[in-house]
Amino acid sequence: MKTVRLLVGTTKGVFFLRASAARTAWEVEGPHLAGRAIYSLAHDGRAGRQRVWAGAASMHWGAVLVPTDDWGRTWDEPQEANVKFPADSGLALKQIWQIAPGRADEPDTLHCGVDPAALFRTSDGGKTWEVVRGLLDHPHRERWQPGGGGLCLHTIVSDPANAERMWIAISSGGVYRTTDGGRTWTARNAGIRAEFMPEKYPEFGQCVHKIVQHPSRAGRLFAQNHWGLYRSDDAGDSWQDIARGVPSDFGFAMTIHPHEPDTVYIIPIESDMVRVPPDGKLRVYRTRNAGRSWEALTRGLPQRGAYDIVLRDALTTDSLEAAGIYFGTRNGRLYASKDSGGSWRLAIDGLPSITCVRAVVVDDRKPARRPAPRRAARR
Amino acid sequence: MRVVFLIPTPLRPFADGRSRIEIDVAKDPPALGDALEALWESAPGVRDRVVTEQGEVRPHVNVFIGTESSRWTGGLATPIADGAEIAIFPAISGGVC
Repeated sequence: MKTVRLLVGTTKGVFFLRASAARTAWEVEGPHLAGRAIYSLAHDGRAGRQRVWAGAASMHWGAVLVPTDDWGRTWDEPQEANVKFPADSGLALKQIWQIAPGRADEPDTLHCGVDPAALFRTSDGGKTWEVVRGLLDHPHRERWQPGGGGLCLHTIVSDPANAERMWIAISSGGVYRTTDGGRTWTARNAGIRAEFMPEKYPEFGQCVHKIVQHPSRAGRLFAQNHWGLYRSDDAGDSWQDIARGVPSDFGFAMTIHPHEPDTVYIIPIESDMVRVPPDGKLRVYRTRNAGRSWEALTRGLPQRGAYDIVLRDALTTDSLEAAGIYFGTRNGRLYASKDSGGSWRLAIDGLPSITCVRAVVVDDRKPARRPAPRRAARR
Repeated sequence: MRVVFLIPTPLRPFADGRSRIEIDVAKDPPALGDALEALWESAPGVRDRVVTEQGEVRPHVNVFIGTESSRWTGGLATPIADGAEIAIFPAISGGVC
């Protein structure tokens, strides 16, 4: 039997929601890793695993990656911090913003993106993590500027067809691409506006909030910028403005339909200075033609006096044929659609401020492969 | 020379459940940093929660020697006396909820 699980990161821990494939009623349990801010979650279903990774940050004790193989019954809390900057960098980890399992043919490879902006990689399933030197030592680093959330590397997009190619996004630094497995990185921001700088189209320094890609079209990317919506049809070499028909092109969240590569979702915010939904209406906007036009999706969402905003990783999809779309708000509400955004229901209210949401379709008849235990403190 | 560390509740899972750890410090006279290095050998998981990978005490952690915060007595260079009681505390960190 297939079930849908939502992994919900909040400023106070992880919550798991579960529903049948009909997605009519959600069971909630949590918080896990209570008290810690969870800005990144990922499900790794490769090689028979059912592993969830959480980037867990304590204001007091720092940030670590914590996995669970049993949906939170036990967490494999690392004794020693598993994501650390090398001594010669002079840098110290503040937050883990993104966890990205790698390609299916590299089941032990994952990446994570962190603040201060850097990329870490594991090739042994998460036992050891190493910083990607090519980006750590990038000559642009000294001119990257932190935003309100820090200097964060928050987006990692792998090329499903080319193991050597990857894109990352940094706020504020912009989009960078490697084509040699991370040894070298090139800024790829041509056409993306930096509203907050005197030079509006610099080589780098943009505050790109999120980029998405459909796995069937690796060379096409969509970007939600700090002001601006863009599409690239040439793997990031150039970007075209696609912000026509939206009430604001400022926002954070962006996701792509699991089966329709031209269908993208965003949730606009009024402005950088007034971070609320435009006109007090909580609206998801959808394009079904790669950005040539956008439509408002409002059925079931509050259209008066709405102040919920949605962070960059708190909008996501499941992989069912009738795609589920989900988003969580800073006000602790989680909305769900089971018809690709046509209508919405409030799945749960009253959670802590939601920072990230991931959706997984699980076949509960298939037993997960249980990994060998590692030395760790169990909580 | 011997010192005593008091471990706060959230860090006890990284110290085999101990609330109090007595440590022999080889360096004489030692500084706070030397005593902490000796503690890390006994409880490496505590190290990464108390100091960053650059060896600096995290901003929302306080290390007291007796009743004095080491922030006001010279930080990791603070001299330590034999028998000192060194307590690790999470800071108040108010204003963010």
